[in-house]
Amino acid sequence: MAEKITIEVARYSPERDTEPHFQSYQVPVHKEWVVLDALNYIKDTQDGTLTYRWSCRMGICGSCGMMVNGEPKLTCATFLSTYSNVGAKIRVEPLRYFPIVRDLVTELGDFLAKLKKAKPWLIRKQEMPLSQGEYLQKPEQLDQYKQFSMCINCTLCYAACPVVGLDPVFIGPAALALAQRYNLDSRDEGAAERTAQLAHPDGVWGCTFVGECTRVCPKHVDPAGAIQQYKLASVVAWLKSFVMPRGHES
Amino acid sequence: MPAGNAGTVKSAPQYTKYHPRWYRPRVSVYWWLGEWHYLKFILRELSSVFVAICVVETLLLIRALSNGVEAYASFVHTLRNPLVVLLNIISLFFVVFHSVTWFNLAPSAMPVRMGGKRVPDVLVAAPSYGAWLMISAFIAWVVLQ
Repeated sequence: MAEKITIEVARYSPERDTEPHFQSYQVPVHKEWVVLDALNYIKDTQDGTLTYRWSCRMGICGSCGMMVNGEPKLTCATFLSTYSNVGAKIRVEPLRYFPIVRDLVTELGDFLAKLKKAKPWLIRKQEMPLSQGEYLQKPEQLDQYKQFSMCINCTLCYAACPVVGLDPVFIGPAALALAQRYNLDSRDEGAAERTAQLAHPDGVWGCTFVGECTRVCPKHVDPAGAIQQYKLASVVAWLKSFVMPRGHES
Repeated sequence: MPAGNAGTVKSAPQYTKYHPRWYRPRVSVYWWLGEWHYLKFILRELSSVFVAICVVETLLLIRALSNGVEAYASFVHTLRNPLVVLLNIISLFFVVFHSVTWFNLAPSAMPVRMGGKRVPDVLVAAPSYGAWLMISAFIAWVVLQ
Protein backbone atom coordinates (compact mmCIF):
# COMPACT_ATOMS: atom_id res chain seq x y z
CA MET A 1 0.00 0.00 0.00
CA ALA A 2 1.46 3.33 -1.07
CA GLU A 3 2.02 6.09 1.46
CA LYS A 4 -0.60 8.87 1.29
CA ILE A 5 -0.16 12.60 1.20
CA THR A 6 -2.63 15.45 1.66
CA ILE A 7 -3.06 17.79 -1.26
CA GLU A 8 -4.75 21.11 -0.61
CA VAL A 9 -6.16 22.44 -3.83
CA ALA A 10 -7.42 26.00 -4.36
CA ARG A 11 -11.02 25.92 -5.55
CA TYR A 12 -12.94 28.78 -7.08
CA SER A 13 -16.31 28.58 -8.72
CA PRO A 14 -17.29 31.83 -10.46
CA GLU A 15 -20.98 30.92 -10.01
CA ARG A 16 -20.82 30.27 -6.25
CA ASP A 17 -17.69 31.76 -4.67
CA THR A 18 -16.57 35.31 -4.03
CA GLU A 19 -12.99 34.17 -3.41
CA PRO A 20 -10.98 30.93 -3.64
CA HIS A 21 -10.86 28.44 -0.78
CA PHE A 22 -8.88 25.26 -0.20
CA GLN A 23 -10.15 21.70 -0.41
CA SER A 24 -8.10 18.75 0.86
CA TYR A 25 -7.67 15.38 -0.84
CA GLN A 26 -5.68 12.28 0.04
CA VAL A 27 -3.61 10.80 -2.74
CA PRO A 28 -1.15 7.90 -2.82
CA VAL A 29 2.52 8.78 -3.24
CA HIS A 30 3.96 6.62 -5.98
CA LYS A 31 7.63 7.12 -6.71
CA GLU A 32 7.01 8.12 -10.31
CA TRP A 33 4.00 10.35 -9.65
CA VAL A 34 4.13 14.09 -10.22
CA VAL A 35 1.68 16.69 -8.87
CA LEU A 36 -0.23 16.53 -12.16
CA ASP A 37 -0.73 12.77 -11.67
CA ALA A 38 -2.18 13.52 -8.24
CA LEU A 39 -4.61 16.07 -9.73
CA ASN A 40 -5.64 13.57 -12.40
CA TYR A 41 -6.13 10.95 -9.66
CA ILE A 42 -8.36 13.35 -7.72
CA LYS A 43 -10.39 14.22 -10.81
CA ASP A 44 -10.76 10.56 -11.85
CA THR A 45 -11.59 9.05 -8.45
CA GLN A 46 -12.66 11.73 -5.98
CA ASP A 47 -13.93 14.95 -7.50
CA GLY A 48 -14.73 15.29 -11.18
CA THR A 49 -15.44 19.01 -10.82
CA LEU A 50 -11.77 19.89 -10.24
CA THR A 51 -10.67 22.11 -13.14
CA TYR A 52 -7.12 22.64 -14.38
CA ARG A 53 -5.14 22.78 -17.62
CA TRP A 54 -2.72 20.16 -18.86
CA SER A 55 -1.71 18.49 -22.06
CA CYS A 56 1.66 16.93 -22.86
CA ARG A 57 2.89 15.70 -19.44
CA MET A 58 6.48 16.20 -20.56
CA GLY A 59 7.42 19.85 -20.02
CA ILE A 60 6.81 20.93 -23.58
CA CYS A 61 3.30 22.41 -23.81
CA GLY A 62 3.64 24.73 -20.81
CA SER A 63 -0.03 24.45 -19.82
CA CYS A 64 0.18 22.78 -16.38
CA GLY A 65 1.96 25.60 -14.54
CA MET A 66 0.65 26.13 -10.99
CA MET A 67 1.85 27.35 -7.63
CA VAL A 68 3.07 24.34 -5.66
CA ASN A 69 3.72 25.25 -2.04
CA GLY A 70 4.05 28.88 -3.11
CA GLU A 71 6.52 28.23 -5.94
CA PRO A 72 5.62 28.49 -9.63
CA LYS A 73 6.13 24.98 -11.03
CA LEU A 74 5.25 22.83 -14.00
CA THR A 75 3.15 20.22 -12.22
CA CYS A 76 4.18 17.58 -14.76
CA ALA A 77 7.77 17.96 -13.61
CA THR A 78 7.23 18.26 -9.85
CA PHE A 79 7.44 14.92 -8.08
CA LEU A 80 5.24 14.13 -5.10
CA SER A 81 8.14 12.33 -3.46
CA THR A 82 9.99 15.66 -3.16
CA TYR A 83 7.38 16.77 -0.63
CA SER A 84 6.36 13.49 0.97
CA ASN A 85 9.77 12.98 2.57
CA VAL A 86 9.23 15.82 4.99
CA GLY A 87 5.67 14.71 5.70
CA ALA A 88 4.36 18.07 4.55
CA LYS A 89 1.14 18.87 2.77
CA ILE A 90 1.23 19.97 -0.83
CA ARG A 91 -0.68 23.15 -1.54
CA VAL A 92 -1.64 23.69 -5.17
CA GLU A 93 -2.88 27.09 -6.33
CA PRO A 94 -3.35 28.82 -9.66
CA LEU A 95 -0.38 30.81 -10.97
CA ARG A 96 0.03 34.02 -9.00
CA TYR A 97 -0.91 37.47 -10.39
CA PHE A 98 -3.27 36.06 -13.05
CA PRO A 99 -7.06 36.42 -12.90
CA ILE A 100 -8.61 33.08 -11.95
CA VAL A 101 -11.29 31.66 -14.23
CA ARG A 102 -12.08 28.53 -12.20
CA ASP A 103 -10.13 26.43 -9.66
CA LEU A 104 -6.59 26.24 -11.08
CA VAL A 105 -7.32 27.78 -14.48
CA THR A 106 -5.93 31.26 -15.07
CA GLU A 107 -6.93 33.83 -17.66
CA LEU A 108 -4.18 34.27 -20.24
CA GLY A 109 -5.67 36.96 -22.51
CA ASP A 110 -3.54 39.74 -21.03
CA PHE A 111 -0.37 37.66 -21.37
CA LEU A 112 -1.12 36.81 -25.00
CA ALA A 113 -1.77 40.48 -25.82
CA LYS A 114 1.59 41.39 -24.25
CA LEU A 115 3.33 38.60 -26.14
CA LYS A 116 1.98 39.95 -29.42
CA LYS A 117 3.28 43.45 -28.57
CA ALA A 118 6.83 42.06 -28.43
CA LYS A 119 6.49 40.79 -32.03
CA PRO A 120 8.08 37.41 -31.38
CA TRP A 121 8.42 36.37 -35.00
CA LEU A 122 10.98 36.85 -37.78
CA ILE A 123 10.64 40.26 -39.37
CA ARG A 124 12.28 40.82 -42.75
CA LYS A 125 12.54 44.09 -44.63
CA GLN A 126 12.35 42.05 -47.79
CA GLU A 127 11.57 38.35 -48.00
CA MET A 128 13.96 36.25 -50.04
CA PRO A 129 12.29 34.43 -52.96
CA LEU A 130 11.62 30.75 -52.19
CA SER A 131 13.84 29.73 -55.09
CA GLN A 132 16.88 31.01 -53.17
CA GLY A 133 16.27 28.41 -50.47
CA GLU A 134 16.26 28.77 -46.73
CA TYR A 135 17.99 31.41 -44.63
CA LEU A 136 21.28 29.87 -43.61
CA GLN A 137 22.71 30.25 -40.15
CA LYS A 138 26.01 29.25 -38.59
CA PRO A 139 26.07 27.29 -35.31
CA GLU A 140 27.59 30.35 -33.59
CA GLN A 141 24.70 32.50 -34.81
CA LEU A 142 22.21 29.94 -33.52
CA ASP A 143 24.05 29.90 -30.22
CA GLN A 144 23.43 33.66 -29.81
CA TYR A 145 19.69 33.21 -29.22
CA LYS A 146 19.12 29.47 -28.69
CA GLN A 147 18.74 29.71 -24.93
CA PHE A 148 15.99 32.34 -25.26
CA SER A 149 14.20 30.28 -27.92
CA MET A 150 13.52 27.46 -25.43
CA CYS A 151 10.58 29.39 -23.91
CA ILE A 152 7.34 27.38 -23.84
CA ASN A 153 5.08 30.26 -22.71
CA CYS A 154 4.24 28.48 -19.47
CA THR A 155 3.99 31.89 -17.69
CA LEU A 156 5.82 30.63 -14.60
CA CYS A 157 8.07 33.67 -14.91
CA TYR A 158 5.03 35.98 -14.72
CA ALA A 159 3.91 34.28 -11.52
CA ALA A 160 7.41 34.75 -10.07
CA CYS A 161 7.83 38.41 -11.03
CA PRO A 162 6.55 40.92 -8.43
CA VAL A 163 6.66 43.69 -11.05
CA VAL A 164 4.01 41.79 -13.05
CA GLY A 165 1.79 41.79 -9.96
CA LEU A 166 2.42 45.39 -9.00
CA ASP A 167 2.47 46.96 -12.46
CA PRO A 168 -0.19 45.42 -14.71
CA VAL A 169 1.09 47.20 -17.83
CA PHE A 170 4.61 45.69 -17.59
CA ILE A 171 5.09 43.48 -20.66
CA GLY A 172 6.74 40.79 -18.55
CA PRO A 173 9.71 38.41 -18.65
CA ALA A 174 8.71 35.83 -21.29
CA ALA A 175 7.58 38.39 -23.88
CA LEU A 176 10.76 40.43 -23.40
CA ALA A 177 12.98 37.34 -23.58
CA LEU A 178 11.26 36.26 -26.78
CA ALA A 179 11.67 39.73 -28.29
CA GLN A 180 15.37 39.53 -27.49
CA ARG A 181 15.45 36.00 -28.96
CA TYR A 182 14.37 37.46 -32.33
CA ASN A 183 16.55 40.56 -32.00
CA LEU A 184 19.58 38.27 -31.66
CA ASP A 185 18.56 36.06 -34.59
CA SER A 186 20.81 36.71 -37.59
CA ARG A 187 17.81 36.22 -39.93
CA ASP A 188 15.72 38.89 -38.24
CA GLU A 189 15.63 42.57 -39.22
CA GLY A 190 12.91 43.74 -36.85
CA ALA A 191 14.91 45.07 -33.88
CA ALA A 192 14.04 48.69 -34.72
CA GLU A 193 10.31 47.80 -34.95
CA ARG A 194 10.40 46.26 -31.48
CA THR A 195 12.22 49.19 -29.88
CA ALA A 196 9.07 51.23 -29.21
CA GLN A 197 7.64 48.46 -27.01
CA LEU A 198 10.88 47.21 -25.50
CA ALA A 199 12.88 50.37 -24.68
CA HIS A 200 9.94 51.72 -22.70
CA PRO A 201 8.99 52.06 -19.01
CA ASP A 202 6.47 49.23 -19.56
CA GLY A 203 9.16 47.23 -21.38
CA VAL A 204 12.69 46.45 -20.21
CA TRP A 205 12.87 49.57 -18.03
CA GLY A 206 10.00 48.26 -15.94
CA CYS A 207 12.21 45.34 -14.87
CA THR A 208 13.98 45.86 -11.54
CA PHE A 209 16.13 42.73 -11.94
CA VAL A 210 14.58 40.70 -9.16
CA GLY A 211 15.83 37.67 -11.08
CA GLU A 212 13.03 35.33 -9.96
CA CYS A 213 11.92 34.73 -13.57
CA THR A 214 15.25 33.11 -14.31
CA ARG A 215 15.21 31.06 -11.12
CA VAL A 216 11.81 29.48 -11.76
CA CYS A 217 12.11 28.99 -15.54
CA PRO A 218 11.77 25.25 -16.21
CA LYS A 219 13.55 25.60 -19.56
CA HIS A 220 16.53 27.65 -18.27
CA VAL A 221 15.69 30.53 -20.60
CA ASP A 222 17.11 33.28 -18.31
CA PRO A 223 14.58 36.04 -19.08
CA ALA A 224 16.27 38.34 -16.54
CA GLY A 225 19.53 38.03 -18.48
CA ALA A 226 17.76 38.75 -21.77
CA ILE A 227 16.18 41.88 -20.33
CA GLN A 228 19.43 43.22 -18.84
CA GLN A 229 21.26 42.52 -22.10
CA TYR A 230 18.61 44.49 -23.98
CA LYS A 231 18.90 47.35 -21.47
CA LEU A 232 22.65 47.48 -22.08
CA ALA A 233 22.23 47.27 -25.86
CA SER A 234 19.60 50.04 -25.90
CA VAL A 235 21.79 52.35 -23.79
CA VAL A 236 24.75 51.72 -26.13
CA ALA A 237 22.48 52.41 -29.16
CA TRP A 238 21.25 55.61 -27.47
CA LEU A 239 24.83 56.78 -26.82
CA LYS A 240 25.80 55.90 -30.38
CA SER A 241 22.97 58.10 -31.64
CA PHE A 242 24.85 61.10 -30.18
CA VAL A 243 28.17 60.12 -31.69
CA MET A 244 26.74 59.03 -35.03
CA PRO A 245 23.31 60.72 -35.24
CA ARG A 246 22.51 59.36 -38.70
CA GLY A 247 24.56 56.25 -39.08
CA HIS A 248 24.11 54.46 -35.75
CA GLU A 249 21.66 51.91 -37.11
CA SER A 250 23.80 50.84 -40.03
CA MET B 1 -20.02 44.96 -25.48
CA PRO B 2 -21.14 48.34 -26.80
CA ALA B 3 -22.96 48.15 -30.08
CA GLY B 4 -20.54 48.63 -32.95
CA ASN B 5 -21.11 51.14 -35.68
CA ALA B 6 -23.33 49.77 -38.39
CA GLY B 7 -21.28 48.38 -41.21
CA THR B 8 -18.02 47.90 -39.29
CA VAL B 9 -16.63 44.39 -39.21
CA LYS B 10 -14.49 43.39 -36.25
CA SER B 11 -11.98 40.72 -37.07
CA ALA B 12 -11.41 39.82 -33.42
CA PRO B 13 -14.69 39.72 -31.48
CA GLN B 14 -14.36 40.32 -27.77
CA TYR B 15 -16.79 38.47 -25.55
CA THR B 16 -15.81 40.31 -22.40
CA LYS B 17 -19.37 41.12 -21.30
CA TYR B 18 -20.39 37.52 -20.77
CA HIS B 19 -17.18 35.93 -19.53
CA PRO B 20 -17.38 34.20 -16.13
CA ARG B 21 -16.64 36.29 -13.07
CA TRP B 22 -12.86 36.11 -12.76
CA TYR B 23 -11.29 36.33 -9.37
CA ARG B 24 -8.59 38.97 -9.42
CA PRO B 25 -6.12 38.49 -6.56
CA ARG B 26 -4.70 41.63 -5.01
CA VAL B 27 -1.00 42.00 -4.29
CA SER B 28 -0.36 42.65 -0.62
CA VAL B 29 1.69 45.67 0.42
CA TYR B 30 3.88 43.17 2.29
CA TRP B 31 4.47 40.92 -0.74
CA TRP B 32 8.25 41.16 -0.20
CA LEU B 33 8.14 39.78 3.35
CA GLY B 34 6.72 36.36 2.50
CA GLU B 35 9.64 34.94 0.55
CA TRP B 36 13.38 35.06 1.13
CA HIS B 37 14.07 35.70 -2.59
CA TYR B 38 11.87 38.80 -2.55
CA LEU B 39 13.29 40.00 0.75
CA LYS B 40 16.81 39.58 -0.64
CA PHE B 41 15.84 41.71 -3.63
CA ILE B 42 14.42 44.46 -1.39
CA LEU B 43 17.57 44.38 0.78
CA ARG B 44 19.67 44.64 -2.38
CA GLU B 45 17.69 47.71 -3.45
CA LEU B 46 17.88 49.16 0.07
CA SER B 47 21.66 48.66 0.07
CA SER B 48 22.00 51.55 -2.39
CA VAL B 49 20.96 53.93 0.44
CA PHE B 50 23.91 52.73 2.53
CA VAL B 51 26.24 52.95 -0.46
CA ALA B 52 25.14 56.60 -0.78
CA ILE B 53 25.80 57.14 2.95
CA CYS B 54 29.35 55.78 2.49
CA VAL B 55 29.93 58.08 -0.48
CA VAL B 56 28.69 61.15 1.44
CA GLU B 57 30.83 60.17 4.45
CA THR B 58 33.92 59.83 2.25
CA LEU B 59 33.26 63.23 0.65
CA LEU B 60 32.87 64.81 4.09
CA LEU B 61 36.13 63.15 5.15
CA ILE B 62 37.94 64.62 2.12
CA ARG B 63 36.45 68.04 2.87
CA ALA B 64 37.61 67.79 6.50
CA LEU B 65 41.10 66.81 5.30
CA SER B 66 41.29 69.82 3.00
CA ASN B 67 40.14 72.14 5.83
CA GLY B 68 43.17 71.38 7.99
CA VAL B 69 44.25 69.31 10.97
CA GLU B 70 41.62 70.63 13.39
CA ALA B 71 38.71 70.00 11.04
CA TYR B 72 40.01 66.48 10.38
CA ALA B 73 40.41 65.74 14.10
CA SER B 74 36.89 67.03 14.74
CA PHE B 75 35.50 64.82 11.97
CA VAL B 76 37.34 61.76 13.29
CA HIS B 77 35.92 62.55 16.72
CA THR B 78 32.42 62.58 15.22
CA LEU B 79 33.11 59.23 13.56
CA ARG B 80 33.94 57.75 16.97
CA ASN B 81 30.43 58.42 18.19
CA PRO B 82 28.86 55.00 18.97
CA LEU B 83 25.84 55.80 16.79
CA VAL B 84 28.07 56.64 13.82
CA VAL B 85 30.11 53.47 14.45
CA LEU B 86 26.87 51.45 14.46
CA LEU B 87 25.73 53.15 11.25
CA ASN B 88 29.10 52.36 9.65
CA ILE B 89 28.92 48.70 10.70
CA ILE B 90 25.43 48.42 9.17
CA SER B 91 26.68 50.30 6.08
CA LEU B 92 29.63 47.92 5.74
CA PHE B 93 27.28 44.92 5.78
CA PHE B 94 25.05 46.46 3.13
CA VAL B 95 27.93 47.64 0.93
CA VAL B 96 29.41 44.12 0.96
CA PHE B 97 25.94 42.68 0.24
CA HIS B 98 25.48 45.23 -2.58
CA SER B 99 28.84 44.37 -4.14
CA VAL B 100 28.44 40.59 -3.90
CA THR B 101 24.89 40.54 -5.28
CA TRP B 102 25.72 42.85 -8.20
CA PHE B 103 28.96 41.04 -9.05
CA ASN B 104 26.98 37.80 -9.12
CA LEU B 105 24.33 39.34 -11.41
CA ALA B 106 26.83 40.90 -13.81
CA PRO B 107 27.44 37.74 -15.91
CA SER B 108 23.72 37.52 -16.60
CA ALA B 109 23.60 41.11 -17.90
CA MET B 110 26.92 40.93 -19.74
CA PRO B 111 27.51 37.45 -21.16
CA VAL B 112 31.01 37.13 -22.58
CA ARG B 113 31.65 34.98 -25.63
CA MET B 114 35.02 33.64 -26.63
CA GLY B 115 35.64 31.36 -29.58
CA GLY B 116 31.90 31.24 -30.27
CA LYS B 117 31.09 29.87 -26.80
CA ARG B 118 29.77 31.57 -23.72
CA VAL B 119 32.34 31.98 -20.98
CA PRO B 120 31.11 30.41 -17.68
CA ASP B 121 29.49 32.91 -15.31
CA VAL B 122 32.07 32.22 -12.61
CA LEU B 123 34.88 33.38 -14.91
CA VAL B 124 32.97 36.58 -15.80
CA ALA B 125 32.36 37.44 -12.15
CA ALA B 126 35.90 36.52 -11.04
CA PRO B 127 37.65 39.68 -12.40
CA SER B 128 35.24 41.88 -10.42
CA TYR B 129 36.08 40.01 -7.22
CA GLY B 130 39.78 40.08 -8.13
CA ALA B 131 39.74 43.86 -8.69
CA TRP B 132 37.77 44.34 -5.45
CA LEU B 133 40.34 42.31 -3.51
CA MET B 134 43.32 44.09 -5.06
CA ILE B 135 41.93 47.59 -4.48
CA SER B 136 40.96 46.68 -0.90
CA ALA B 137 44.45 45.26 -0.30
CA PHE B 138 46.04 48.42 -1.74
CA ILE B 139 43.91 50.70 0.44
CA ALA B 140 44.68 48.55 3.50
CA TRP B 141 48.40 48.80 2.66
CA VAL B 142 48.20 52.62 2.34
CA VAL B 143 46.23 52.97 5.60
CA LEU B 144 48.48 50.63 7.58
CA GLN B 145 51.71 52.26 6.36
